[in-house]
Amino acid sequence: MAVDLTINGQSVSLDVDPQMPLLWALRDVAGLTGTKFGCGKALCGACNVNVDGQVVRSCVFPVSAAAGKNVMTIEGLSEDGDHPVQLAWRALNVPQCGYCQSGQIISAAALLERNPKPSDADINNAMSGNICRCGTYTRIRAAIHRAAEDQS
Amino acid sequence: MSNIEHISRREFLQRTGKAGGGLVLALTLTSACQPGEEDIADTSSVAPNVYVNIRNDGIVEIYCHRSEMGQGIRTCLPQIIADEMDADWDRIELIQALGDEKYGDQNTDGSTSIRRHFDLLRTAGASAREMLIAAAAATWDVPAAECVAREHAVHHEASGSSAGFGELVAAAAEIEVPTDATFKSPNEYRYIGKSMDIIDGFAMTTGQAAYGIDTALPGMLYASIERCPAVGGAVKSLDDTAAKSVAGVSHVLRMPDATAPPVFNPLGGVAVLASNTWAAQKGREALDIEWDLGANAEYDSASYREHLTATARNAGRSVLNRGDVEAAFGDAATIHEAEYFAPHLSQAPMEPPAATARMADDGGCEVWACTQDPQSAQQTVAAILGVDKAQVKVNVTLLGGGFGRKSKPDFIAEAAWLAKETGRPVKVTWTREDDIRHGYLHSVSAQCLKAGLDADGNTTAWQHCTVFPSIGSTFDAAATGPSAGELGLGMTDNPYAIPNMRLEAGDAKAHLRIGWLRSVCNVYHAFANCSFVDELAYQAGSDPKDHLLRLLGSPRKVDPTAEGVEYDNYGQGLDTHPIDTARIAAVVEKVADMAGWGRVLPQGHGLGIAVHRSFLSTVGTVAEVSVNDDGKLVVHELWTAIDAGTVINPDRVKSQMEGAGIFGMSLALHGEITAKGGAVVEGNFDTYPVVRMNEAPAAINVHIMDVDAPPGGVGEPGVPPVAPAIVNAYFAATGNRIRELPLRNSGLA
Repeated sequence: MAVDLTINGQSVSLDVDPQMPLLWALRDVAGLTGTKFGCGKALCGACNVNVDGQVVRSCVFPVSAAAGKNVMTIEGLSEDGDHPVQLAWRALNVPQCGYCQSGQIISAAALLERNPKPSDADINNAMSGNICRCGTYTRIRAAIHRAAEDQS
Repeated sequence: MSNIEHISRREFLQRTGKAGGGLVLALTLTSACQPGEEDIADTSSVAPNVYVNIRNDGIVEIYCHRSEMGQGIRTCLPQIIADEMDADWDRIELIQALGDEKYGDQNTDGSTSIRRHFDLLRTAGASAREMLIAAAAATWDVPAAECVAREHAVHHEASGSSAGFGELVAAAAEIEVPTDATFKSPNEYRYIGKSMDIIDGFAMTTGQAAYGIDTALPGMLYASIERCPAVGGAVKSLDDTAAKSVAGVSHVLRMPDATAPPVFNPLGGVAVLASNTWAAQKGREALDIEWDLGANAEYDSASYREHLTATARNAGRSVLNRGDVEAAFGDAATIHEAEYFAPHLSQAPMEPPAATARMADDGGCEVWACTQDPQSAQQTVAAILGVDKAQVKVNVTLLGGGFGRKSKPDFIAEAAWLAKETGRPVKVTWTREDDIRHGYLHSVSAQCLKAGLDADGNTTAWQHCTVFPSIGSTFDAAATGPSAGELGLGMTDNPYAIPNMRLEAGDAKAHLRIGWLRSVCNVYHAFANCSFVDELAYQAGSDPKDHLLRLLGSPRKVDPTAEGVEYDNYGQGLDTHPIDTARIAAVVEKVADMAGWGRVLPQGHGLGIAVHRSFLSTVGTVAEVSVNDDGKLVVHELWTAIDAGTVINPDRVKSQMEGAGIFGMSLALHGEITAKGGAVVEGNFDTYPVVRMNEAPAAINVHIMDVDAPPGGVGEPGVPPVAPAIVNAYFAATGNRIRELPLRNSGLA
């Protein structure tokens, strides 16, 4: 069965089980591997993508629920990798292994959309759904503040 | 300085590394590093050794033979080579090396990438530089001594001649690689010691970075494997009817049974293969399997803990006996005893184990995997396929974290076996539950410590017994106790100036697969030692930092081998990498100063300090904590000072200390793997929580000591002092002493 949706601005029709989580539809069917698998149970945020402006955990979000909607993954956040969050991430050398950073960046970009000047407490609230096992949290906080300054 | 002996093009050169390192290198002068291509003589480039290939377009290709898992080696390794070559940073191209013994040791473990390979990498760069200089000198007919390499070119000042590296390729092909290349002096460094931006920063922030889980090949099947809940068990009966009826499922295959000892082999079970990961997982859920749980079916971590602790209370096997501990206890004004416990842990890298394999026409195989050790992957895959290891090509992807888990290639062997059985490319992706339940777990431990103090608060006697199932059990079914190597991780390398000391080890049988986790036995040994030292400070009525310095004693170099201890100092010499109490004390002074030790703290706050040497580096940590209104521990701030000798990239050292702070907090606050009926109970981040942003300290402050000494390790040594610093700070804040991890079990997290 086909599910029609928009991924990073492109209309696509995916021939998948409608119950398949969006994560696997993106990775295994659409070939977009920037979105990561970390837990499969909406616990770690590695799979975070943006659906119609909302951050969702794609590992538990059926692809059918994205039908007719705009899905934005890390690959679609900016044309040239120059979203303020991406720039700040690189300026502060945030990534260690880098694996969770797609989900972190998606969460951070959404936070700045709704709150252009987040406090540390705002950041803690918005980002605690994203696990980083390498422990880049203090740099992520600093990078979000920097991105907020850069885009103001 | 090392020599690279030149024989001729197309011939391998071998060099045995410096004593202690156990390094054997094979250096080839051909341009390619792909198996089967060694004999191609390519005039468009010249390769002075296996790590460097200079193209005639001026690009210097550098082969990274170590795995990147967040420590920054893909940035630091080329920093060293490019610096010695005087190559321009924007004209190097980094190529991840295949698994191949020609590179020497590739096992990215033990915090060894810099400390054991610094001279090798400098040699690779310096010999390339001198070869290019010799080529230029020959071209211009001037003495090589009058030529210099600078900014990607060779210059002869007197004649004004200069030529870029690319222009010198053809001439360099006729030059013998210098055997006595000289290293730069530190004041000439361009990149070493500089905080270069990470080389994979763009890829990692745009979703382009390729990890083991990201490989996709035409016609590939996706596999998910149900494994026996207990280690060593096997399938008794299988009904796969429902699984096979799941849309997309193409195969259900019984894996070969697990081996005893487990070594690096797959754990057996039943594999479901499908056209996508989701279908494979759905099919797997539909399997109906009856298990024979095997020899470990009764393993229960609660009763095992009692057994471990009872063993630790009794006299164990003596591994160090200094002075007369019993007499000193008899003379002591105060006797203090304490028991510590730390549980099994899972490395839980964010990317679970994942690998892809494709059979080759000759019966060999090509794999793509997030492996810390591509050569052991090559050997393990070759063994399971029954082919020569030369027929197994191992492509190393980025690792989404490793922490020791990905040193073991069991998951890669699973993919290879399934590729052979199906004749199709196969990707195996472990679920998080697979990772936490079926990994190679950090060992559980019990320790008893006893000390005698005189009336002045001096520690006159120290007794320490440690008991834990050994990593050796993974390789030898008969292994029942800690090895000398494991005891050397924070126990027999005790640096304290105590006249009477007895160190003992007790036996313990393993019932799960035991493996390495970031800093290994140092985790629990530092937890006990650094906690107990803090306890003794209060017994002596001393400030914990002052007491720590007093225990370290006069500046001296400790040599456990002089007291009969079998101690290998992380495979490197005590002459180059001493246990130097002056350097340890300097770290203590520095970190205490950074944290404002002794300052007036907010109400309810406490500071705790711990220092520990591991992997040839010393790290001191101070934690500031309090207990919030919900009764939970809050870590407000961490301060860390590290003496790692010479450092390549200060920012990557700093980031490793930041990460170690969080990793150490996770195991201090939350980390615990338990077992019932032989099976691991925890399964995902709900039952095996790790620190999240809301628990991360406001700041993790790092200072790198300026020490003129050979490099020590960086990836691991930041972890051990974190848990004891937190526990000591909690005592300072509340007067309550906690002697078991995680603190969650004391209601604090």
